[in-house]
Amino acid sequence: MYERKGEKYFVVDGHIHFWDASPENWVKGQEQYAKGWIECFHAYMGLGPPETHWPLEKFMKYSEEDFVKDVFEEGHVDVGIFQSTYLKSWYRDGFNTTERNAAMVEKYPDKLIVNGRFDPREGEAGLKQLEEDAKRYNLKGVKVYTAEWHNGSRGWKLTDPEAQVFLDKCKELGIKNIHAHKGPTIWPLDKDAFDVKDIDVAATMNPELNFIVEHVGLPRIEDFCFMATQEPNVYAGLAVVIGGLMHARPRFFNKVMGELLFWVGEDKMLFASDYGIWEPKWQVEGFIDWAMPATEEYADYPAVTTATKKKIMGLNAAKLYDIEVPVELQLRDGGTPAAKEDAQLVESA
Amino acid sequence: MTATAPMAASVMDALAEVYDPELDEPITRLGFVTSCEVGPTGDVAVVLRLPTPQCAPNFAFLMAADARRVVRRLPEVREVTITLEDHYTGEEINAAIGRGEGFAGAFPGETADDDLRALRELFKRKALVARQSRLCEALLAAGATPEEVTACRVGDLRDRPDARRCLKLRAELGIQCEEDSPAFVLPSGEPVAAEDLRRWLRTARLVRMSLEVNGGICRSLLRVHRGVEIDDPEEVLT
Repeated sequence: MYERKGEKYFVVDGHIHFWDASPENWVKGQEQYAKGWIECFHAYMGLGPPETHWPLEKFMKYSEEDFVKDVFEEGHVDVGIFQSTYLKSWYRDGFNTTERNAAMVEKYPDKLIVNGRFDPREGEAGLKQLEEDAKRYNLKGVKVYTAEWHNGSRGWKLTDPEAQVFLDKCKELGIKNIHAHKGPTIWPLDKDAFDVKDIDVAATMNPELNFIVEHVGLPRIEDFCFMATQEPNVYAGLAVVIGGLMHARPRFFNKVMGELLFWVGEDKMLFASDYGIWEPKWQVEGFIDWAMPATEEYADYPAVTTATKKKIMGLNAAKLYDIEVPVELQLRDGGTPAAKEDAQLVESA
Repeated sequence: MTATAPMAASVMDALAEVYDPELDEPITRLGFVTSCEVGPTGDVAVVLRLPTPQCAPNFAFLMAADARRVVRRLPEVREVTITLEDHYTGEEINAAIGRGEGFAGAFPGETADDDLRALRELFKRKALVARQSRLCEALLAAGATPEEVTACRVGDLRDRPDARRCLKLRAELGIQCEEDSPAFVLPSGEPVAAEDLRRWLRTARLVRMSLEVNGGICRSLLRVHRGVEIDDPEEVLT
């Protein structure tokens, strides 16, 4: 919970990690990729305020103590959601697997949720694993990373027939939140791998599932907005938007938020810090203090109210994950943000 | 040395014609050219470096291939070597470019479009939309009505840098660009109607913002990750 100027905010951090990218975990022969990946993540940390930067060594593998301090004690986070990411081609025990994250959930069961993952290229074995994970960890969501390399394959799409089998399995298992993350490679390599059309199709075909597009589809935020405005079950995950732009590119941050509020709407935007890329503290505090400048450049974006911030900061995600919100932190008018049946299509001017 | 200096300058001028397709900005302005060396006999070696090792291979290939093409066109140049450094598919890309092959040469069996024509065209259309939105906003800000904006002809806007780039993109996309062609067109080439202008601008401006934000993130990453100090038209990281 974060309190500021008499207002109390329930904070759900929709995208956190507890990874191990230390050299001991690098796959032999793949060291350059394992190293390149984490160094690239570390560069993103550099887009936050200088006083929040860590040395690379700590960034590769941070401790449980760091995590508890950064997320719960100083980061104002009431509930954090782990987005498990495997990358087993490069990291021997995985980058941050469901198992590793679940060990943390066991220690802090009221404050953490773990999402599983699936990869349709794993076929029957993958389905079985998903089923086991769902039961063991009581999964309500999964993270899918479509650009992951797997046995010589360079990525997959949510429209692959095999993927629908997994989406059906999710419904059967009570998993309703699909967090989709795009990346730079997908077969065939000549196509734009960041394209979000497959999410569009999957969202239409599976109206009982929620599709949270991580990083709001960056670097294809325009395609994401055009899609999300038409699909009531598509949500914007704000990881990287706040961490990567609010400090480093404040003018672009205003515009991105304005466009998202216009096209996607405040009921379908979810705060996320992407910890350990960035600590939540400065992002939560900065976002609550942020205001759209009252200049002509931003004049026709929707108004940003305290209710807008409360929804984005936690109430929207609480709804998706059935998280109980203390009465004093709910909206005063008893509104139910992010209820799919209430989601309004944004009028496209 | 003295003979190669002007030649290095002309190589850099040529490289300024290579655009990052996703950002629609010259690679020279983005700081992607880390070195450009001209040997005594006219051999040219260009080294390119992108903001991260994970930048998409298809766009990386396009920039490397375009760099080779524009440098080879210079009359006094002999051998041209393009090296994409510190990229996770750099080895494959450099080898294929060195052999003068297309994208399929770098990734055999992994692509259906050897010259990446569809990808290139898709991003040229986005770039055209983004550039036109800048022109349109400038006209509206100066007091033009939607009718006046959509009545503009190509010949009316020629002197503006965004307009010049629009014309180049239109020519490459096969969209008419005569003096009396409409200045504002949809990606299909159809003129934008006055009554649709506000609506069109709402979407066009989102496309433009996307390109600009991506450019901003690339510049920030180049600075913190690569230590490259480059011209930054928007904001400066503090």
